[in-house]
Amino acid sequence: MRVTTTVNGTERTADDVWPGESLLHLLRERLGLPGAKNACEQGECGSCTVYLDGEPVCACLVAAGQAVGREVTTVEGLAPGQSLHPVQEAFVEAGAVQCGFCTPGLVVAAHDLLARVPEPSDPEIREALAGNLCRCTGYEKILDAVRLAARRRATR
Amino acid sequence: MDFLQPSSWDEALAVRAERPDALPIAGGTDVMVELNFDRRRPGALLDLTRVGELQEWSIDDGTVRLGAGVPYGRVITELGDRLPGLAMAARTVGSPQIRVRGTVGGNLGSASPAGDAHPPLLAAGAEVEVASAARGTRRIPVAEFFTGVKRNALEPDELIAAVHVRTARGPQQFCKVGTRNAMVIAVSAFALALHPDRQAVGTGIGSAAPTPRRAAEAEEFLAGELDWAGRAALPESLAQAFGERVAAAAAPIDDVRGTAAYRRHSLAVLARRAATWAWDDLRRAA
Repeated sequence: MRVTTTVNGTERTADDVWPGESLLHLLRERLGLPGAKNACEQGECGSCTVYLDGEPVCACLVAAGQAVGREVTTVEGLAPGQSLHPVQEAFVEAGAVQCGFCTPGLVVAAHDLLARVPEPSDPEIREALAGNLCRCTGYEKILDAVRLAARRRATR
Repeated sequence: MDFLQPSSWDEALAVRAERPDALPIAGGTDVMVELNFDRRRPGALLDLTRVGELQEWSIDDGTVRLGAGVPYGRVITELGDRLPGLAMAARTVGSPQIRVRGTVGGNLGSASPAGDAHPPLLAAGAEVEVASAARGTRRIPVAEFFTGVKRNALEPDELIAAVHVRTARGPQQFCKVGTRNAMVIAVSAFALALHPDRQAVGTGIGSAAPTPRRAAEAEEFLAGELDWAGRAALPESLAQAFGERVAAAAAPIDDVRGTAAYRRHSLAVLARRAATWAWDDLRRAA
């Protein structure tokens, strides 16, 4: 089947998509966007988190056909070109990136949190990131990064 | 495999009748896992996310008609006051990414004994509205909807349209045991609803029997013992006796998430706490 969807502001089309295929597979293997990561394939780890019509979802749990005509934003689309979004900068500066596999999903989840709640409390941060697993950092540096991004946003 | 994407409810029912081999998909939080892991290869996917009628809820004569496609996130933000038990359960589902996609209709379709929506629907005495192109609409009390492990009362040509839940007339509680707050499939779960308008108690047990089920004998026992008129404090011994009756209504098994003995024990604790919390809420409201 043919799937046409808007990804990071650009209309993209893929042919011969298997109807049971996930949005994650479509993004990574057909549209050349490897930012969202493929790990658990069951919605447990959050490493494939992308926006679908403005809501953060696990791309592995969205059928590619369900994204037809919808708007998808991946981690690649958060900032123009090679620049980094302030949330991404904060992750780098706070040491929240180790192996990096969970980072794109966490960046999208944190990006969504700060768009909804500009000055989140620690429990709000933990709740918002509860669906994203990191096996390296122990999460403390990730919490630091979200707090840093929130502070910067408040003073800008 | 085909991808069928009806854009209206009538069309969805027509497609359902033509393609009994199609697997309905809404938020995909169960169905996509089965596809990703090669556990299921249906002849077609029947995508219900374009059927606008399913994405709505309405309220009529004190009962919410919750469209099957309304995700948990909206149950929390839009219905937390009217359906507090269901909203409490919805808050424990997965993670934000799951709650924004997963639906109560999908939970009913999967009919897992561990489905989080089921205990509060049982406690509230909800009814599932299903429909087919050939025979129209029928309503099934949720206590009769679950027919076995991951089995429900749907006919092959039927789809779940909505669930009808009376707005809360009294306090409701939902408790769930798991290894962490987020991303947990319940080891055991319990929902309680007090119905002071008819001096009745509703219960729902999750993850502790082949299907979600009520603890009917425990409901009658507690309703008969509670001091509805005077609203005196709930004696500890009564809460405990209620908990024991709830545990006795379960039929749990040992599995990777917990033992049968632990499930029974935890249910007794959850039921005792839920009854105490709910009764205290009712006394405060008086």
